[in-house]
Amino acid sequence: MSWLDKILPSRIRANKKDKGSVPEGLWHKCSNCETVIYRAEFEKNLNVCPKCNHHGRISARKRADIILDAEGKIEILNDIKPIDVLNFKDKEKYKDKLATTQKKTGENDAMVVYQGFINKIPVIACFFEYSFFGGSMGSVVGEKFSIAVKKCIEGEKALICFSASGGARMQESLFSLFQMAKTSAALNSLSNKRLPYISILTDPTMGGVSASLAMLGDINIAEPNALIGFAGPRVIEQTVGEKLPNGFQRSEFLQEHGSIDFILNRSEQKIKISEIISALMSNHDNEETSR
Amino acid sequence: MKEFNPNYLDFEQPLLELENKIKQLHNDPEKTAKSEAAMEKLNKEYQNLTKKIFDNLSDWQISQLARHPLRPYSLDYIPNIFDSFNELHGDRMFGDDPAIVSGLAKIDNHNIVFIGHQKGRDAKDKVMRNFGMSKPEGYRKALRMMRLAEKFNLPVVTFIDTPGAYPGIDAESRNQSQAIAENLFVMSNLKTQIISIIIGEGGSGGALAIGVGDRICMLQNSIYSVISPEGCASILWKDSKKAEQAAEALCITSGKLLNHKLIDLIIPEPLGGAHRDLTAMSSSLKINLVNLLDEITEINIDDLILQRKKKIESYGEFEI
Ligand SMILES: [Zn+2]
Repeated sequence: MSWLDKILPSRIRANKKDKGSVPEGLWHKCSNCETVIYRAEFEKNLNVCPKCNHHGRISARKRADIILDAEGKIEILNDIKPIDVLNFKDKEKYKDKLATTQKKTGENDAMVVYQGFINKIPVIACFFEYSFFGGSMGSVVGEKFSIAVKKCIEGEKALICFSASGGARMQESLFSLFQMAKTSAALNSLSNKRLPYISILTDPTMGGVSASLAMLGDINIAEPNALIGFAGPRVIEQTVGEKLPNGFQRSEFLQEHGSIDFILNRSEQKIKISEIISALMSNHDNEETSR
Repeated sequence: MKEFNPNYLDFEQPLLELENKIKQLHNDPEKTAKSEAAMEKLNKEYQNLTKKIFDNLSDWQISQLARHPLRPYSLDYIPNIFDSFNELHGDRMFGDDPAIVSGLAKIDNHNIVFIGHQKGRDAKDKVMRNFGMSKPEGYRKALRMMRLAEKFNLPVVTFIDTPGAYPGIDAESRNQSQAIAENLFVMSNLKTQIISIIIGEGGSGGALAIGVGDRICMLQNSIYSVISPEGCASILWKDSKKAEQAAEALCITSGKLLNHKLIDLIIPEPLGGAHRDLTAMSSSLKINLVNLLDEITEINIDDLILQRKKKIESYGEFEI
């Protein structure tokens, strides 16, 4: 028996293999190694499993608390809200689904933006909220992100973005596809001003978000074992008709293939990101580059 | 028993029956005045039927037309609309992607850089062209062409026709996401004119990766979508057979997208669709393309790029 098994009540120990049997709230079961720990302890550990270092999902606002200094942290752009311009309806109306998701999550859409400081360095920071339509990018995410970029340019600040997204939001159709162009164009302007953009790819970063703002960082950082890619693994498996290699589209795979700069544990993110921004800004001049 | 021809969509089948009747009469060695009259009547009937079918296409039928097995592809248009074409290959880093064709082209008095998706026609060709699904090396070849165009002040013209970027192990290993993102990043600020025309299927990020520009146009019966109707149906309806409803909900046709100001121009197709008359389609495409080139090469390049950036920035609908 491991130390953990010893401290667990027998009811939970017995049901260890049975997913979903852990009572919500008090206990957390790691989705990777199935270790069960007190939720409070899990949260204190920044939603990272102490046993296998699996980086669990975490809300946009909790991430902001981890990364940004408490002093001077102000949420911005929260007045931008989604509308259902296409009257989209599948099994239910997009409009209704938006309303229920807003109620459930307390968020207006899938991105939260702050102005603030990271170890006293001024930044604008964007955080995807995965529980809102799978962190999908529609018009609101695109608009928030591009205004965030503008604020960086106005204030000569660095930009940080934590991605967690399934891709473009289907219910907004071509409007959402075009947000890929919009966010990439905004980043082009930021780049021209020689202001740093640090992109942190977390589990999962896929599709239209991966193929636009998330891969365009001056520095691209991934959390351990995050699923990152353009096409989803199931689609690839169906297309190529073979089993995917072990660890395919995980952070470690991406680093091996030269697609990201490095992998960074959640607990070290604040210090490392602030070091990098401070290095990149150390000789900053605001003369525009040619492109 | 009724003959089923796979080159005719289900809603085109009535046309096939008439076409066969006309062919029979036409090939009859003992033509009489009576059969001539009958043929004329059939021809008229054929015209009316085509009009009747094609005046009332559903969004799903348009999706099928956009992906019609006989739909003209980039390589079908090239000899019909360009006075010359010199194909250029490769991304200078990894390989040459046959799913994207590119090169220097001349059209009227404009020298341009052409970039276009290419699907295959027969089984072997389809595999060679990877069904028009590009890998990173294809997008990187396109990027190289754009840089070339910028350097020599040549307008870029792109033809879009892809189900999407290739979902494969090799493509992901070479960072498909980055290849697409980089093109979006560069095209938003490329210092030369860019015209993009959806000629068939505008499939998601794989289409957009050569589709950011000053003028975004669609052939009348082409589609442009964030996801295929089938893909959307299987995810949101959990039933791929609901593709017809998904096509409607996604607003992917040229008319709807023009109404939403997401595209700038619809290029008309001949009655019955582009595949029924390549000559007429090519001439419609050529006239429109030359007009667009005439128009945007007159605009000061710095103003044009400012307009492009404003346009890209304006994409999106939200409440504030
Ligand atoms: Zn674990």
